[in-house]
Amino acid sequence: MLRYVIRRCIGVIPTMFVLMTITFFMMRLSPGGPFSTNRKASAEIIANLNRHFHLDEPLWQQYLRYLWGVLQFDFGPSYKMRDYSVADLLIQGFPTSLKLGLAAILISTLVGVTLGTLAALRRNSWIDYGASTVGLVGIAVPNFVLGPLWQLLFGVMWGLLPVAGWGQSWTQMILPVVSLALPNIAYIVRLTRGSMIESIRSNHVRTARAKGLGERLAIWRHALIGGLLPVVAYLGPATAGIITGSIVVEKIFSVPGIGRYFVEAALNRDYTVVMGVTLLYGFLIILCNLFSDIVYGVLDPKVRYE
Amino acid sequence: MSDSPVPANPAPPPQPAAAGGAPILSVRDLAIRFRTADGTVTAAADVGFDIRAGEIVGLVGESGSGKSQILMSLMGLLASNGHASGSAVFRGEEILNAPARRLDALRGASMSMIFQDPMTSLNPYLRVSTQLVEVLERHRGMTRAEAMAQALAIMESVRIPDAARRIRLYPHEFSGGMRQRVMIAMALLCRPALLLADEPTTALDVTVQAQILELIADLARSIGTAVLFVTHDLGVVARLCDRVIVLYGGRIMESGEATDIFGDPKHPYTRGLIDSTPRLDERSHGELRTIPGQPRAAQLAPMGCPFEPRCPHRVVRCRTERPAPQEAGLRQLACHEVRL
Repeated sequence: MLRYVIRRCIGVIPTMFVLMTITFFMMRLSPGGPFSTNRKASAEIIANLNRHFHLDEPLWQQYLRYLWGVLQFDFGPSYKMRDYSVADLLIQGFPTSLKLGLAAILISTLVGVTLGTLAALRRNSWIDYGASTVGLVGIAVPNFVLGPLWQLLFGVMWGLLPVAGWGQSWTQMILPVVSLALPNIAYIVRLTRGSMIESIRSNHVRTARAKGLGERLAIWRHALIGGLLPVVAYLGPATAGIITGSIVVEKIFSVPGIGRYFVEAALNRDYTVVMGVTLLYGFLIILCNLFSDIVYGVLDPKVRYE
Repeated sequence: MSDSPVPANPAPPPQPAAAGGAPILSVRDLAIRFRTADGTVTAAADVGFDIRAGEIVGLVGESGSGKSQILMSLMGLLASNGHASGSAVFRGEEILNAPARRLDALRGASMSMIFQDPMTSLNPYLRVSTQLVEVLERHRGMTRAEAMAQALAIMESVRIPDAARRIRLYPHEFSGGMRQRVMIAMALLCRPALLLADEPTTALDVTVQAQILELIADLARSIGTAVLFVTHDLGVVARLCDRVIVLYGGRIMESGEATDIFGDPKHPYTRGLIDSTPRLDERSHGELRTIPGQPRAAQLAPMGCPFEPRCPHRVVRCRTERPAPQEAGLRQLACHEVRL
C-alpha cells in the first residue's frame, strides 16, 4: 500500500507537466491578449507592457520561462490585478473556497448517504419519494435560481440569516454551504439508493439473514460497505470540484473565494492566473482521487494495490 | 386434492417411522405464490412431507419445479413479492410466516442453509473468520476468542488445508470448492438439527462435486443433522439420500425411500427422470434419452396433473382431475394410471 501511494505521488509530476503544457498552448490559441481590451492605452504602451511581461518573445521561450518559474514555485504576476502575484491571489482566496467546499461536501455526504440508505430500505414509502424529490429538485434546479431564492426567503423575508458576506459570523456560511451542497446531496442520494438496493438484494446479504443475524446487522455489517463503494468513488473528483470554489455560489453570496478566477481570468486573458487555477484544480483532482482510491482499497479487499 | 382437510394441526406422519423418531420438520399443505405484473404465479402447492432427525432427504425436480422456493419459504427468505401458506412445524414450532425475531433465533442455530452459488454467497468485504465468528457470537453468546477457536475447529473439520492461515483470508482468495466448504462450515457451526442444501454443488467443478456432497453427508451424519437436499441430480440422491421426494410443477409426484424409488419407480415422471440419467455402465452408445416436452409454465396452474402434457400414459381425466395421493408404507404416489 505504501509503495502504491509513493508511486502514485511520483505519477503526479508527469500528469501535472502534461496538464500545464496543454493549458499553456491552448490558451495562447485564443485571440487577444491580457492588454488588448485596454482602450485607453496607446499601441506604444501596450508594446511596452508586452515587453515587460516577456509576451513579445517567441512562444517556446515564454513556455520555457514559465516552466522554469513553476519549478521554483513562482507562478508569475497577474496581468490584470497589478501588485498581486498569482500565488498571492490563490493564497488569499483558496482557504475560503476550501472551507466552504469542505463544509458542503461533508454535509452532502452525511445527508446524501443517510437519505439514500433510508430510501433503499423503505422503498416506495414517503421517505423514498421524499428523497427522490430532493434528488430531482437538487439536480434539476440550478444554483443561480435556488441561491437568490434562499436569500429572499431566509435573508430578506424572514430575516433569519445574513443575505451575503463572509467572515464576520458563522451564520454567513449557512446559505452558501447549503446552496453548494444541494446538487451533491441530490446526486449522492440517487447513487446511494441505487447501489444500496442492489446490495440489499445480493446473495451475501441473504446469507447474513439466513445466519439469523437480524436485519440490523445484515444491513450494517453486510450491505453497507458494498452499497457505499460507488459513493466513495464519486467523492474523489466531486471533492476536488467543490473545494476549488463555485463561481455562481461565490458571486451570489459575495464569498471571496477563488471560484470567480476560473471565469474572469479566462475572459481577461490573464494567462498566469488561468495557469495557476488550472494547476491547482488539477493537483487537487489527483490528490482527491488518490485519497478515494485508498479508501476504496481499504474497504474492498479484492482491490490490491501492487 | 390435498391429503388433509385440516391444515393447521400437525398431523402425525402417515406411518410409524421406520427410520425411527418423531419428525423434526412437518410440512403440510405448503403453497408458495408470487405476485407479479402478470398476476399470481404459483411456485408450489399441496406440498407435504416429514423429515426425521438425522435423515437425509432428497428433493428432486427439474429447474422451475419450485424446489428452491420451498427451502426459501422454510427459512423465511422468500422474495418480498412471495407468500407462503400452509404449515411447517419445526420441532413443535410453526415457522411458516413466523415473526422475524423468532426466525432469527432459529436460523443459523438450529436450522441453517447452504446456497447454490458459493462465489457470491459469502461477503466479499469481510474476512472468513469474521463471517464465521459472528454466527457464534450471535447464537451462542461466545466471546471472540472462544468463537475463533471453534471456527478454526470447524474449518478443519470441513477439511480446509492450512485452516489457521486461511481463516484470516477474504472469500475471493478461495476457490469455488473451498468457498462452499466455508459455507458448509458456517452452516454447521451451531450443530443445527436441520440443514437445507439448495443445489450445493451445481456451481462447482465436476471434480469437486462428489467431495462436497460426501462432506455434507458425512458431517451431517456425524453430528446428527437432518438434511433436505435440493437437486436435479439423481445420482446424488441415489448415493446419499435415505428418502426421495419427486417434485413436478410445484407438486409432489412421488415420494418414498430411496431404495424403493430407484428399485421400482412408479410415477411416469420419476421413470422418465431415471431413464434420462446417463449411466456409465450402459453399453449402448445411443442418444441420451429425454422426457419429451418442456416443463409447464407455473402460472398456468392446471386443474389436473401438472405432468399431464408430457406424460406418455395420460388419459382424459388427467387433464381435469388432480390425482389423489395413494399411500403405502412410507411411499406416496399421485397418479391416476399407476397403482402402488
